[in-house]
Amino acid sequence: MSYSDKVIDHYNNPRNVGSLDKSSTDVGTGLVGAPECGDVMKLQIKVNRETNVIEEAKFKTFGCGSAIASSSLATEWVKGKTVDEALSIKNMDIVKELSLPPVKIHCSVLAEDAIRAAIGDWKKKQEAPKPVAAEAK
Amino acid sequence: MSTDVKIPQAAPETHSPSAKGIKLPIYMDNHATTPMDPRVLEETLPYFMEKFGNSASRNHSFGWAAEEGVETARERIAKLIGATTKEVVFTSGATESDNLAIKGVAEMYREKGNHIITAVTEHKAVLDTCKRLEKFGYRVTYLPVQKDGLIDLDDLKRAMDDKTILVTIMYANNEIGVLQPVAEIGKLCHEKGVIFHTDATQAVGKVPVDVIKQNIDLASISGHKMYGPKGVGALYVRRKNPRVQISAIIDGGGHERGMRSGTLNVPGIVGLGKACAIALEEMPKESCHLAGLRNRLNDRIMGKLDEAYINGSMEHRLPGNLNISFAYVEGESLLMGINDIAVSSGSACTSATLEPSYVLKALGTGDDLAHSSIRFGIGRFNTEAEVDYVADRVIETVERLRELSPLYEMAKEGINLKDVKWAGE
Repeated sequence: MSYSDKVIDHYNNPRNVGSLDKSSTDVGTGLVGAPECGDVMKLQIKVNRETNVIEEAKFKTFGCGSAIASSSLATEWVKGKTVDEALSIKNMDIVKELSLPPVKIHCSVLAEDAIRAAIGDWKKKQEAPKPVAAEAK
Repeated sequence: MSTDVKIPQAAPETHSPSAKGIKLPIYMDNHATTPMDPRVLEETLPYFMEKFGNSASRNHSFGWAAEEGVETARERIAKLIGATTKEVVFTSGATESDNLAIKGVAEMYREKGNHIITAVTEHKAVLDTCKRLEKFGYRVTYLPVQKDGLIDLDDLKRAMDDKTILVTIMYANNEIGVLQPVAEIGKLCHEKGVIFHTDATQAVGKVPVDVIKQNIDLASISGHKMYGPKGVGALYVRRKNPRVQISAIIDGGGHERGMRSGTLNVPGIVGLGKACAIALEEMPKESCHLAGLRNRLNDRIMGKLDEAYINGSMEHRLPGNLNISFAYVEGESLLMGINDIAVSSGSACTSATLEPSYVLKALGTGDDLAHSSIRFGIGRFNTEAEVDYVADRVIETVERLRELSPLYEMAKEGINLKDVKWAGE
């Protein structure tokens, strides 16, 4: 399998690697995939309470180069967007940007899922004032 | 003339040499295929142009010259495995040899029985052949393997019944290099009057194979796994004690004593023969060299990385094989990080089926660790400097990818990954 230059670039220089405090009410955490399937993505966002703008995004990914690139790109794209704008990011946008081959489309799906899961977690925290453990139980 | 062709001594350089003066990329995937030994190439070259004859042409010197090349090769192969020349049938490779052995026995001994025994870790050339036979009314038992990759001889004993006609168990596994107890398997088969085939593709030329001492009735051999040419292989077919008969699967001119029709691939066969002659002479020294390099690679990696697990028995193993799972790191991404090194992975992402290695799963390795596995195949032309470079690159890439891995982070936080309810499950 040969990778596109963009996948290689994200793999070699992943953007926004790291973790945010998952117990913070401003932080939403999405953990998607499963080790048995060969892909796990953790994507976290820090949202400005006043503006709903995603000010920070971090990821860690266990998976192939395309999975790493998809999640790295996802953090780049959500940053600076409002939560609602971020929800409009579609997996096919990622496929197009990274020139993913058909067998790697699931990586982009997982990245979209990770964005949605992170936003979902953040929204849940906004409804319940008490911090909820973001990690999957 | 053709023999003056310049023989390349090493693969062409595609990257600039590293600081250590080694040539990149490094080839360490010698279970997939091996580079041809220059001595093999040299031996085959005259058979393309000067000695191009058809070895079946009995009435002119062109045919005789080709036949002489073929018969020398036959002797060399026979000598390597302790067979006689009449017991060697040339084929297009080990896949064909496996097909010929299994289908050939199935058809020939149909009256006697319809039961075949194999193991779950066999190569697809064996498994898929057995699966096809199931469609035609044959019964196949797929033996499990133990954690170390070896079959349990008691399982084999129990699986045999009065309808069993064939046991087909590989000599050395292509992924984990594990060596099955072939001599004991062969002994059991002979006691029960069952034919024993072994896919010896990875073993011949690497470890001593002796068809008499090891009670082997049929053995598949490949040229390109032992520094010979691609597209050529052989099947050993025992002629006495017991005399094994097989039906042909390719019909035609009756070549190879009727067992495999088709004009012989003379240059390929000559090359396979030379590869066997070299292996016979150099195996004792070479296997020590390979085991030394393999152990060096293993020690270096294990000395630096925690949670790296060897797949399969280290005791019963090909000298050049190492298969390690690096927990929390996905195999394909690891390969991508060490892209100046050619190795392979049991990760689903590297397979056509999108399933992780069935061999590793059969050992009881979880899917997660199967996804994290790398197979190193050290061969004749690898050096100590290459091994050190590979170890360093693997260590640095695993460490980098672990920093990127949410699983590693969770494990360090004390979370048991097995207890997590994963969204993707």
